[in-house]
Amino acid sequence: MRDLSLHLLDIIQNSIAAKAGKIITIIYANKLDDELGIIVEDNGHGMDKEFLDKVTDPFVTTRKTRKIGIGLPLLKSSSEMAGGKLDIDSARGKGTILKSTFKIGHIDRLPLGDISDTFVSLIAARPDIEFELKLDNGEKSFLFNSFEIKKKLDGVPITEYEVLSWLKEFIDEGVKTIFGGVLNEVDS
Amino acid sequence: MKSIAELEEIRKKTLEQINMRKNNERLRVVVGMATCGIAAGARPVMNALLEELKRRNVNDVSVTMTGCIGVCKLEPIVEVINPDGSKVTYVKMTPEKAVRVVAEHIVNGRICRDYTIGAEEGK
Ligand SMILES: Nc1ncnc2c1ncn2[C@@H]1O[C@H](COP(=O)(O)OP(=O)(O)OP(=O)(O)O)[C@@H](O)[C@H]1O
Ligand SMILES: [Mg+2]
Repeated sequence: MRDLSLHLLDIIQNSIAAKAGKIITIIYANKLDDELGIIVEDNGHGMDKEFLDKVTDPFVTTRKTRKIGIGLPLLKSSSEMAGGKLDIDSARGKGTILKSTFKIGHIDRLPLGDISDTFVSLIAARPDIEFELKLDNGEKSFLFNSFEIKKKLDGVPITEYEVLSWLKEFIDEGVKTIFGGVLNEVDS
Repeated sequence: MKSIAELEEIRKKTLEQINMRKNNERLRVVVGMATCGIAAGARPVMNALLEELKRRNVNDVSVTMTGCIGVCKLEPIVEVINPDGSKVTYVKMTPEKAVRVVAEHIVNGRICRDYTIGAEEGK
């Protein structure tokens, strides 16, 4: 994957495939600890212990069109290449929580990429799912929830192009405010 | 700063437009967003579709995504699905091709044969 926003889109796709109704994403970057983390929590159907233990093995997948699943193995390798790791916790029938970390200053750390594009595509395609996004730099945070926006829109679909454009700019501003000066690739 | 007040403006403005539309879905467009689709550039293809549909004021077509359509080497894949379930599958899509599919197929009803899975497999 070229950047973290694409990895994020991909792992959220797993949550959607697991029939999650609410998907919470937290992205934090802490300059003092040199740590960037992405946490995705969903209330989908989860995985049982036995499956979970081997899920970052590419030959483990429940997909039917192809015998290997590469989403999680790729994310794991992106994390490990940048001095971080991938942890997944899950319970059948309850949901899954995934945490992927990176050393901010590591030469092989993937750039953040276009976080707003990832969320706008997700919301456009699946307005029925509640997406929450929290950005945190240890001092300030930014919070976005697609169902809060829906409430404010009061009958106007969140998938209207003007609304999506607004959302894109809104999230872009959040990224700039929280990660500008913290992550090299984000202008402050 | 983007403000919630702006959102209220957008709400009022779009509400009027929505009330004037008739709302039967004519076509459904599905973009494959499994890992290989995303790695091959499915996200910009989806954005191009949304943008071009808006630019051409098409309101009776929905765009959604699916985890898995299939063949990795043909990604990004876009399906245009008719209400009766019949569909056209476009492969190796790019934002530029997506713009053409909107203009020719979705707006004018002419399938872009050279982008279809059939044309690709016949090569
Ligand atoms: N959030 C989740 N909830 C429930 N099951 C999950 C979740 N994430 C992953 N899984 C399970 O782990 C398997 C492997 O996931 P992975 O993303 O590596 O591959 P995939 O989704 O099967 O295929 P690919 O990502 O290559 O398109 C999935 O098939 C699914 O069974
Ligand atoms: Mg996957």
